[in-house]
Amino acid sequence: MMREYKNRKNVQKKAYYNDRFYVVPNIPKEDPNSDEIFSKDYKELKKHFQIKEAYIQRGQLVIIIKPEDNKKVLSFLKDELDYTFLSEMSANDYLEQSGEFEIFYQLLSMNKRKRLRLKCRIKEKSAIESVYTIFKSADWAEREMFDLMGVRVNNHYNLKRLIMPDDWHGHPLRKTYPLQGDEAASWYEVDKIFGKEYRDIIGPEQRDPARIDRKDTKNFIRINHEVPYGAKPSKEKTVQEYQEEDGVFFIDEFKKDKSKVLNTRR
Amino acid sequence: MQQVNRLKPFFENLNFDRDDNRMVVNFGPQHPSAHGQLRLILELDGEQVKKAIPDIGYLHRGMEKMAENMIYNEFLPTTDRMDYIAATSNNYGYALAVEKLIGLEVPRRAKVIRTMLLEINRIISHLFWLATHALDVGAMTVFLYCFREREFAMDLMEDYCGARLTHSSVRIGGVPLDLPEGWLEKLGVYISQMHKNIADYEGLLDQNRIWKMRLEDVGIISKEDAISWGCSGIVLRGSGVQWDIRKEEPYELYDELDFDVPYSDRCDSYGRYKLYMEEMRQSIRILRQLSDMYKDTEPDIMAHAPQYISAPKEQIMTQNYSLMQHFVLVTQGMRPPKGEVYAATESPKGELGFYINSEGDPYPYRLKVRAPSFWHTSILQQLLVGHYIADVTAIIGNLNIVFGEIDR
Repeated sequence: MMREYKNRKNVQKKAYYNDRFYVVPNIPKEDPNSDEIFSKDYKELKKHFQIKEAYIQRGQLVIIIKPEDNKKVLSFLKDELDYTFLSEMSANDYLEQSGEFEIFYQLLSMNKRKRLRLKCRIKEKSAIESVYTIFKSADWAEREMFDLMGVRVNNHYNLKRLIMPDDWHGHPLRKTYPLQGDEAASWYEVDKIFGKEYRDIIGPEQRDPARIDRKDTKNFIRINHEVPYGAKPSKEKTVQEYQEEDGVFFIDEFKKDKSKVLNTRR
Repeated sequence: MQQVNRLKPFFENLNFDRDDNRMVVNFGPQHPSAHGQLRLILELDGEQVKKAIPDIGYLHRGMEKMAENMIYNEFLPTTDRMDYIAATSNNYGYALAVEKLIGLEVPRRAKVIRTMLLEINRIISHLFWLATHALDVGAMTVFLYCFREREFAMDLMEDYCGARLTHSSVRIGGVPLDLPEGWLEKLGVYISQMHKNIADYEGLLDQNRIWKMRLEDVGIISKEDAISWGCSGIVLRGSGVQWDIRKEEPYELYDELDFDVPYSDRCDSYGRYKLYMEEMRQSIRILRQLSDMYKDTEPDIMAHAPQYISAPKEQIMTQNYSLMQHFVLVTQGMRPPKGEVYAATESPKGELGFYINSEGDPYPYRLKVRAPSFWHTSILQQLLVGHYIADVTAIIGNLNIVFGEIDR
């Protein structure tokens, strides 16, 4: 028997059925000169920097530059072209296709009411220059990008993990990282609290408390039909009153069958 | 034997007593005024904050990762869990991004209903903000009044979609339900009472000595800082920037509606408080116009796009082709065209943006959420310095941060 082929470079969920004759349509890319404001910005940028590609997609100008220029282009956009607001930055993982990250900076010009996306691609092992000095909002955005994608950032004053714990292994948003977490993730708390030698004694962490092991017939709990450990499941309904048997001082015992349900709000 | 990985009983090598009489205080992650799971490491000199390091990630559920493993419709209920105070605004932000991606036009009645829900959510969120913020600062009365009105607004949401907190009431391509009978009348009653209620809150707080002392000149964010740190929404408008996405880049019906965008040059917490009150008034004004608009709309509530959106239920049950289409859309999911889109909306907290990168698969290749609170938390490291420790809770409360959307 052949083992099923699994692509380890991209472990995300895939469609189980693909139409062989389906051609994926593209969102149209318009010429940057088709918009009055964008064409001016584009011409200005072209004068000073090398631009790999530029187009307008869904009303936003997309500009692709060389990664070495990112700081210069961003400060030019901020100071000269009035794109003063960095509303988002992060990366896309194209490691499987070309071994690269695509980094995007989503900018906004409040005076022009225009949004622009600056993109560049870097190799996995290379680093991008921090733009924290230009936009302070890049501080946490770069840390998050480093934390979740593993993109290296140069000259960031405090490049630490932001969302995951400091001693986490791996970068969760990479395509190679499985949704359930990897080996290190599944033992993270056991390792941290008790030490690695306790892995065998404690067993893997049960991450989903609602999980039901269908093979286990002894501890199978049926809600409202609970039975003691090891006993056979019964059809008899169990009534649960969550109160001390002797009652609590000053408080009447709650009886489910004697309670009243209101139909409307008082 | 010393083990590197083992959890230490003391607080991760932080020295609480230092030689220079400074003290390091660990604020949170379980702190009633942290509004969720915020951990702040504060370095204090006496009662003054000298250094503040916000630490987040205690509510991280990996939503962006989940999005890459879910079909587009599956992910929608997950967005409820981001800004759970105003869930519809997340649903809407996501639905708008997907609609932009596939180039879908939503029927007018759906637009009216969506805009109504968004504004009700804005009122709910602002009331919740006022209630908890006032409680943090010490005004218990306001908390009770605000929660009463919030309860009634949530009753309206419940009457519409059956859920009170996690609505999922906006779908990709429209809304699943028309307004139930008598709902508009209930809304009319609610908004007619709201003006008086807002006046009551202001009566309790506006000239209140304690409230003013706690808020005035506390948490000053200059215009340059607000823009540079990526602040949005009321934090940005409270710093004198006139920018509201509803007005500047109108989506839904906001270009047809008549409303004002308040802004303030005070740059402090009190100015922001005034903006919240004024925004609630504007939301009431919008809701009143929308109830008139609703009456002259066609009954369609879902867009007609068989490639992406399932047909109405009657059609699915009666026509074979619609049933087949529905089956494919539920089991495999829609396949949007290849490309990227960034759609920004004005949620009650600020600019809520969804960046979707589609490779033409039924699963998004990458989804990035631009949650306003994330950027408002990052400014804390600069904002808290120089304030007294009592102001820390006032500032955190005033920024209106919600941890569901910071950690995602």
